[in-house]
Amino acid sequence: MAKESLKMLHFEKICEILNDYDYRPDKLIPILREIQEEYRYLPEEVMTFVASSLDISPARVFGVATFFEHFKLSPRGKYVIKICDGTACHVKGSMNLYNTIKEKIGLGDEEETTDDLLFTLETVSCLGACGLAPVMVINDKVYGQLTPEKTEKIIEDIIKKEKDGEEE
Amino acid sequence: MENKKYIEIDNRKVEIEDERNILELARKANIDIPTFCYHSELSIYGACRLCMVEIEGRGLTTSCSTKPEPGMKIKTNTRQLREIRKTIIELILANHDKNCPTCQKNQSCKLQDLARRFDIDEISFKQTEKDEPKDESSHALIRDPNKCILCGDCVRMCNEIQGIGALDFAYRGAKVQVLPAFGHDISDVDCVNCGQCARVCPTGAIVPKKEIDEVWEKIDEDKMVVAQIAPAVRVSLGEYFGKEPGEVSTGQIVSALKMLGVDKVYDTSFTADLTVLEEGAEFLERLETDQNLPQFSSCCPGWVKFAEQYFPELLDNISSCKSPQQMFGSLAKKILPEKNNIEEEDLSVISIMPCTAKKYEAKREELKDEIDNVITTQELGLMIEQAGIDFNSLEPESLDMPFGFKTGGGVIFGSSGGVSEAVLRYVSEKVTGKKSDSYEYRETRGEEGIREVTVNLDGKEINMAIVYGLANAKKVAKDVLNDKCKYDFIEVMACPGGCIGGAGQPVSYDLETIKRRGESLYQIDKSLHLHKPQDNPYITECYDDVLDEIGSKRAHELLHTKYYNKQRISKEGLELIKQSKDKKIEIGVCVGTNCYVKGSQELLRRIMQYIQKKGYSDIVDAQATFCFENCSQAPVVRIGDELINGCTFDKAMNVLEEKIKNI
Repeated sequence: MAKESLKMLHFEKICEILNDYDYRPDKLIPILREIQEEYRYLPEEVMTFVASSLDISPARVFGVATFFEHFKLSPRGKYVIKICDGTACHVKGSMNLYNTIKEKIGLGDEEETTDDLLFTLETVSCLGACGLAPVMVINDKVYGQLTPEKTEKIIEDIIKKEKDGEEE
Repeated sequence: MENKKYIEIDNRKVEIEDERNILELARKANIDIPTFCYHSELSIYGACRLCMVEIEGRGLTTSCSTKPEPGMKIKTNTRQLREIRKTIIELILANHDKNCPTCQKNQSCKLQDLARRFDIDEISFKQTEKDEPKDESSHALIRDPNKCILCGDCVRMCNEIQGIGALDFAYRGAKVQVLPAFGHDISDVDCVNCGQCARVCPTGAIVPKKEIDEVWEKIDEDKMVVAQIAPAVRVSLGEYFGKEPGEVSTGQIVSALKMLGVDKVYDTSFTADLTVLEEGAEFLERLETDQNLPQFSSCCPGWVKFAEQYFPELLDNISSCKSPQQMFGSLAKKILPEKNNIEEEDLSVISIMPCTAKKYEAKREELKDEIDNVITTQELGLMIEQAGIDFNSLEPESLDMPFGFKTGGGVIFGSSGGVSEAVLRYVSEKVTGKKSDSYEYRETRGEEGIREVTVNLDGKEINMAIVYGLANAKKVAKDVLNDKCKYDFIEVMACPGGCIGGAGQPVSYDLETIKRRGESLYQIDKSLHLHKPQDNPYITECYDDVLDEIGSKRAHELLHTKYYNKQRISKEGLELIKQSKDKKIEIGVCVGTNCYVKGSQELLRRIMQYIQKKGYSDIVDAQATFCFENCSQAPVVRIGDELINGCTFDKAMNVLEEKIKNI
């Protein structure tokens, strides 16, 4: 039941966001940003819906959405893991962390997000926390001075937490 | 005298009149500054940087985006400018698929032409390796991203003139591409196949799809092949063979087609005459009963698809007449087999059209099999070349009877305003009950994209709007929906100037060309004996033999059609409750534009609440879907296999309870 109303909320929320911006086509970017906060990405149907509501073409919305790195066009995991691969982190073995996580969460070669939509794994250029290298960020939480072992533990904890949550 | 303002271009004084920019002024002074992205009909973009000039005291600037100011001293051809232009062209070429001999735009490509003009014999930059797949999904157009130079002409054309925006820039930096929405195939999005993108494309990145091979095949088979030629083709094919725009070559086209192996050559103007009678009678009836007014014309397949996508509530206002092309196909397949003692499947009907959307029209589900193949003016030119025929020295021949006989009214169909004028020629005599010698309604002619005409017929006023460009059509259609105008008849053509500006015409980037083609059509009208479609004796014969009378049941079966709401983009529903296989009942609430406006969002919210309150979540699955293509009956809700039009909350719940009871 909770899940169902959550989905409904999404749609209500889109309408609310559009309302807040008075259906102004020049507010497309903030509208898309807020919608992405709801869905974690921009589903095609939602972009078409936004286009119809703002009286602009779906191709224009797609153009804006693909222009900015911030907008994601494929579903994202509940936990977005960003491994810093800037120079300092790279030297300190950030790719080892990346490979550890990739194996742990069972990602294929070209994949970013797990099938159960729990994790998304990606690298970023520099998080600006070189003193803590190697660094990763999961959603908004920063983890520093990592080792593959520590990393594995963090991921295991998340998986466990999620499992327990489901059972309750 | 003192009021005149001057500018100096390449040491010559040039008067400033109402030119928008230095580029136009230079062209007036007979200097052709090169450009890819400047079109006088589109907004100024300034992307290609080829049109750079040097202004004394200001340095280098793009001439397309700079207003002329009195006293400016401009140089358009300095060493530095030549070098810049060369570099730009080389950079574009390094990014371009240069298989020119196999490109449809070979010899009419702007890039090719400029590379030649600037004497580029070597490209100093490394060729980029891109190998994107071609999009051949559409019946009308082919999009080849490898040839795109990102000038944005197609994007602005589709957006600004056609009001659609089927194409736009996507991605960023080195990855930028011009794409349909979500990178879908062009046939899956809102493209109406007008092909204006192809008309302005400087390279071969978007081109009309050819059907030449299929036509050769039909000719080679032992079948009877008949062709119809559209009005606009006769005033433009000459251009393909080096003649002036507007030169009339009807007779040569007939001889060429006969030499190619076509058995009979007929005229689409004949069925245009027929269209006038059917559409005119329909109009008179609507005037009398005051129903479904204003009446929109239905000849333009680009406009028809546009209306089906954006204005479903106006579909009843569109004349139910098939376009002249389809009327021809329908009649030909009905009459010719018997007349020639052959089986229907041994007859092929080919149309030669100025238009790419006609290719799509001929393949529409409800119209298919009437026309076997549609080729454009360009394609006919190519076929004549392939056969080695010296077009310019051909002796003219006359069109075949009976479908080759037309009045001037059927010929001017090719120009914006022509349909309206022809309809007036018929309607006026019907309303006044008098035969009249005059036939011209010059007020219908003109170059503006939206023209309003009021004609007084013995005290009865008829208000008309004549529109070309679908952005203009959108504006007028919105006015109609908002009761902001009082039109009785609205003619819509998708292309600038009407069919003469179609995308299948010989390549020309000059609007003057379109104008001269139009003038020629009106000249042909003048030179014919008959001008009023109702005077065409062969049309009368046609009614006597096959069609019964105007607007009869028989005429409706053969000459009229239906329109269907179309989704803008093929897509799946927006899922609200996770779909699972054990849900017994599925509810879909349309939240497409029309239903949305009619309050489907609120309806969906209440349905969701109801499902939760009643604890139906385990058996009922509710979805917001985007379109059931039934927009005129908005809001639309589907419960199980039942579609409820004009749905209210109570209606929906009654049906739902019924279904639940039956589980």
